[in-house]
Amino acid sequence: MAKRIDVSDLNVYYGAFKAVEGVTMTVEPRSVTAFIGPSGCGKSTFLRTLNRMHEVIPGGRVEGKVMLDDQDLYASDVDPVAVRRTVGMVFQRPNPFPTMSIYDNVAAGLRLNGVKGKKKLDEVVEKSLNGANLWNEVKDRLAKPGAGLSGGQQQRLCIARAIAVEPQVLLMDEPCSALDPISTLAIEDLISELKSQYTIVIVTHNMQQAARVSDQTAFFNLAATGKPGKLVEVADTQKIFNNPGVKATEDYISGRFG
Amino acid sequence: MWGAFLLALVPLLWILWTVVSKGGHLLLDSQWWTNSQKGITARREGGGAIHAIQGTLIQGLTTAVISVPIGVMTAIYLVEYGRGRLAKAVSFMVDILTGVPSIVAGLFIYALWVTTFGFQRVGFAVCLALVLLMVPVVVRSTEEMLKLVPNELREAAYALGVPKWKTIVKVVLPTAFSGIITGVLLGLARVMGETAPLLILGPYSKSIATDLFSGLMPTLPTMINQDRTESLQPAVDRVWAAALTLILLILLLNLAGRVIARLGSVKK
Ligand SMILES: Nc1ncnc2c1ncn2[C@@H]1O[C@H](COP(=O)(O)OP(=O)(O)OP(=O)(O)O)[C@@H](O)[C@H]1O
Ligand SMILES: [Mg+2]
Repeated sequence: MAKRIDVSDLNVYYGAFKAVEGVTMTVEPRSVTAFIGPSGCGKSTFLRTLNRMHEVIPGGRVEGKVMLDDQDLYASDVDPVAVRRTVGMVFQRPNPFPTMSIYDNVAAGLRLNGVKGKKKLDEVVEKSLNGANLWNEVKDRLAKPGAGLSGGQQQRLCIARAIAVEPQVLLMDEPCSALDPISTLAIEDLISELKSQYTIVIVTHNMQQAARVSDQTAFFNLAATGKPGKLVEVADTQKIFNNPGVKATEDYISGRFG
Repeated sequence: MWGAFLLALVPLLWILWTVVSKGGHLLLDSQWWTNSQKGITARREGGGAIHAIQGTLIQGLTTAVISVPIGVMTAIYLVEYGRGRLAKAVSFMVDILTGVPSIVAGLFIYALWVTTFGFQRVGFAVCLALVLLMVPVVVRSTEEMLKLVPNELREAAYALGVPKWKTIVKVVLPTAFSGIITGVLLGLARVMGETAPLLILGPYSKSIATDLFSGLMPTLPTMINQDRTESLQPAVDRVWAAALTLILLILLLNLAGRVIARLGSVKK
């Protein structure tokens, strides 16, 4: 199921503005990789190139190579829509579809891709909600609107929605930044569980969170505003936090930044 | 605040009161809703407005049926796809249409329909003129509603591997549904009360006519206009009653639209 991601020499642009430069890194299957770094250094931008969401922004384009196992994501014959089915995404702010019930939200990915059959959908919805640790809280009100849940529940609903289409990779852009500590913990536990099946990449501003959930950590930085962000260092989380190879990483982690 | 409220309320209540007190009694008579004015002269009482009610409804709905798809699809193009020159040109054209006085729309269709093609003046020609007036209203209001749909919802759908057109049809439009309906109703209310193009393209006649493609189709605005200069009391009463009927009709459509919008709206 889970796949390896291999990025080499990736440059990311917004029109003429180069937002990220020269990223080369590997993400192992069934592992959690955390992206850390100061605001504006291009973590979200880079993350969104991994499922070709970057190009939905007008002017967004990419140079370089992203391999998913042995498939080149940016090869000319690859359909970005199909890529996004393989590489799912959870956003910073919970964004359930407001017109849909809890059930419909989870089933949305399948239904909109033409899967029918109540039995099959029932199964997937239950499995995905279970997978997102939400089933017990919502099983009696599946027909209620998804927007009526608490923020933390909504975020788990969005995770359920993302895993319902059975992606190989799950990208998460600050999935806990809008949540309270309890909900955050629930999501972190969930990430640790999902790791056994998915390749996970998570952007976070929370050092403790990166240290808690990730196997590998990548530190991004930018020289100055207006300059492109760069990958400074990527290594085992243990190493990054205890014995970083670059001074800037150490400064950032210990809060002596800037 | 309250001052402004009262200021806005006074003319509204005044109009309603005038119309109800002068024409209300005719609406209580069942023949108002079943009979036409066929064979009834200005000095005689009696007859109804069904011919005009039908005409207004038929023309209004036909106009809506043509305008809503054009307007909604144009708005979708402008908000979801439109970039560059073509989108600018389309948007500019909608702006121009918004500013076209209704009598000009009427004259334009007259020039096209009667002068150029040599057709007779029929209900459908009126509808075409009304389409010109309704489309820009629908485009602009739908555009606003589509812009209100958060981009995050589109991205959420894309991230599930849903193609763009399907995202628009299944996520964006349903989210904006009630707002779009409201805009459509505003446009419809506007064209149903429109008079100038009707005077040019669809003069009043006294009997029932439901065929859009042959004969003159009477409507409430033209019925009002027909007798408004009369001094004979029966005709004057009918003018007020027709005005009240038109107001009620638009009110009713609004209520119906609200119910539809409520049924399909964002669940809370
Ligand atoms: N839609 C956009 N159009 C143009 N430039 C953009 C766009 N989105 C982001 N940028 C620019 O790209 C750079 C990287 O932004 P990005 O959002 O990836 O940073 P980030 O590391 O995710 O920051 P944060 O931690 O605040 O989320 C910034 O300079 C930003 O201004
Ligand atoms: Mg970000």
